Amino acid sequence: MSDKKNWPLWEVFVRSKNGLEHRHFGSLHAADAEMALENARDVYTRRNEGVSIWVVESKHITASNPEHNGELFEPAQDKVYRHPTFYDLPDEVKHM
Amino acid sequence: MSEEQIKNLEEQFEARILRDDKIEPKDWMPEKYRQTHIRQISQHAHSEIVGMLPEGNWITRAPSLRRKVALLAKVQDEGGHGLYLYSAAETLGISRDEMFDQLHTGKAKYSSIFNYPALTWADMGAIGWLVDGAAIINQVALCGTSYGPYARAMVRICKEESFHQRQGYEIMLKLANGAPEQKDMAQDALNRFWWPSLMMFGPKDDESPHTAQSMKWKLKRKTNDDLRQQFIDQTVPQADILGLTIPDPDLKWNEAKQGYDFGEIDWDEFWQVVKGHGPCNKERMKARVNAWENGAWVRDAAMAYADKKSELKNKQAV
Repeated sequence: MSDKKNWPLWEVFVRSKNGLEHRHFGSLHAADAEMALENARDVYTRRNEGVSIWVVESKHITASNPEHNGELFEPAQDKVYRHPTFYDLPDEVKHM
Repeated sequence: MSEEQIKNLEEQFEARILRDDKIEPKDWMPEKYRQTHIRQISQHAHSEIVGMLPEGNWITRAPSLRRKVALLAKVQDEGGHGLYLYSAAETLGISRDEMFDQLHTGKAKYSSIFNYPALTWADMGAIGWLVDGAAIINQVALCGTSYGPYARAMVRICKEESFHQRQGYEIMLKLANGAPEQKDMAQDALNRFWWPSLMMFGPKDDESPHTAQSMKWKLKRKTNDDLRQQFIDQTVPQADILGLTIPDPDLKWNEAKQGYDFGEIDWDEFWQVVKGHGPCNKERMKARVNAWENGAWVRDAAMAYADKKSELKNKQAV
């Protein structure tokens, strides 16, 4: 292997149709953003899977660490009062 | 980390697999799980990429425009499938370049089926019908595998591949119902690809060193022999529809097991091809290495252009 500079990694997000959000589809290598978009078109939307593509260089994504999932997500677990079923209402009250 | 901590983590990990939790890239995983997955996913990716070669040769020789666009789309899909899989392997910490290097130096293997030559147009039919058929059976079993990025790639691949098999079967159907020479050509392709297709499922269970561990990690959901049996049972009736004969005198329906009994596979041939002595091993690798080396200047130029553009943009911003 030579010590040349490799094409960076990009993450690809595709909106499958208007009205839906962009969803992570996968990743690919490309020299720049424009090429990443073109490659994403060929790699991830060969069968009309999308109407809009976002690409972002993978190094710019900050991800949470699964080892810290406790501190991050457990506080939400005991807050049942954030859900509608927590509240007792008589059956006569409909549509609430 | 102390040994006890690692043991603890390993126990938690095994428990997660057992309850069908998916493992994602940043999760802790045993080193052996990581290495086994890198090996299997990269070999799977290599198979897709090398698998483009026997068919690519026939694109310009396709007998009609309809056949040509279909074959072109199939080969392009295979390139795409290789890319999904390389990306999945990269999430485990190996670089794309390392994987290419392993392929080009022969350190990494790819499916042996692609070391057989595609001699006639009927081979495009046999490859789609049998080779993709066998691959689909293997891959459907992998859609539920424990490593998230691999499972997601498999789901996409399976969705896209059913057309591959249908286009191959359609080619066979046309030839089998054509002139006697065309039917002979179809039969000849079936004769050459039948046994190598059965070998695609790998060694027998009692001779497969990785099966037990892979089943435990749900990297494999069914054993080699089970998948091979499934393939034979579903393919024999398809050959009947074509009016072609499976080249196995021992093939016989077994009412008790509700499946076909079949003849002994030539495992010496299998190991010969795996070890690099198949009919096309050298040719395939040469084509890959040439493509990689001859494309180096394009990759470098694209990177240099991207760097220059971003420098220019930075200057203008000042």
